Amino acid sequence: MGRVVVDVMPKPEILDPQGKAVANALPRLGFTQFSAVRQGKRFELEVEGPVTEEILAAAREAGEKVLSNPVIEDVVAVYEEQG
Amino acid sequence: MRIGVVTYPGTLDDRDAARAVRLAGAEPVALWHADADLKAVDAVVVPGGFSYGDYLRAGAISRFAPITGEIVEAAGRGMPVLGICNGFQILTEAHLLPGSMIKNDHLSFICREQQLRVENNATAWTNEYAQDEVITVPLKNQDGQYVADERTLDELEGEGRVVFRYVGWNPNGSRRDIAGITNERGNVVGLMPHPEHAVEPGFGPDGAKGPRTGTDGLRFFTSALKSLVG
Repeated sequence: MGRVVVDVMPKPEILDPQGKAVANALPRLGFTQFSAVRQGKRFELEVEGPVTEEILAAAREAGEKVLSNPVIEDVVAVYEEQG
Repeated sequence: MRIGVVTYPGTLDDRDAARAVRLAGAEPVALWHADADLKAVDAVVVPGGFSYGDYLRAGAISRFAPITGEIVEAAGRGMPVLGICNGFQILTEAHLLPGSMIKNDHLSFICREQQLRVENNATAWTNEYAQDEVITVPLKNQDGQYVADERTLDELEGEGRVVFRYVGWNPNGSRRDIAGITNERGNVVGLMPHPEHAVEPGFGPDGAKGPRTGTDGLRFFTSALKSLVG
């Protein structure tokens, strides 16, 4: 069984309200090292067999067409997760 | 005239939308997400709610429902389509309208009576309003911040496709105070606030005649009738 990871992040020019809220909460818990936070999504797509080039291509296409909305998000990475 | 009202899993406002259609003088027709069948309706309302639990993104999964494909095709032929709140989100995900919605800038769910300015009264859903008329309808959303790139925003403004703008206060951080937009043809309109909750005295926002007398939303639906009758 193989697994492909698709990482989706809000576009840089889109203010990320959730990330901003997390960034504001961190110092309250003593984490003062971090100047900004952006929150994205991680999808794990499983396949029965091995992760082939075709599987990766399909995952990229799914990332662009379904898993992300190009108006507000970018697919920043598509890769096979090594068990 | 038959106006369809779509129900997806998680749709909340289909009953209110159907009631608004009836009060406007048309026959509401229930449309089911899983049926690729518009039941020969003359117009469609995609109501608000949390279709598919807002999973993935608000409106994202509804885009792939069989009924949505039919709506996209009919909209292309000029059928009047109105998307309210989650329905607006669905219409953007289905590429009938540009832009998208993200979480409110203040991160809270908001529910209030909201003033809007009607900036385009030539659409299928606004022809009964006066140009620049200010109306009051309820607003309730979590992901209501309208966003699009600057080029798209300029295009919308230049072509008069900003149909509604928030007045007094921008409740969710929407770009350029945009509350609702239309397509090039003017038959597809989407907005965040809820006209279907302001159609009947006693149940709407406060109006000129006293508390809960506001019925500013009703003319969305009478506008559609008027545009269909021609």
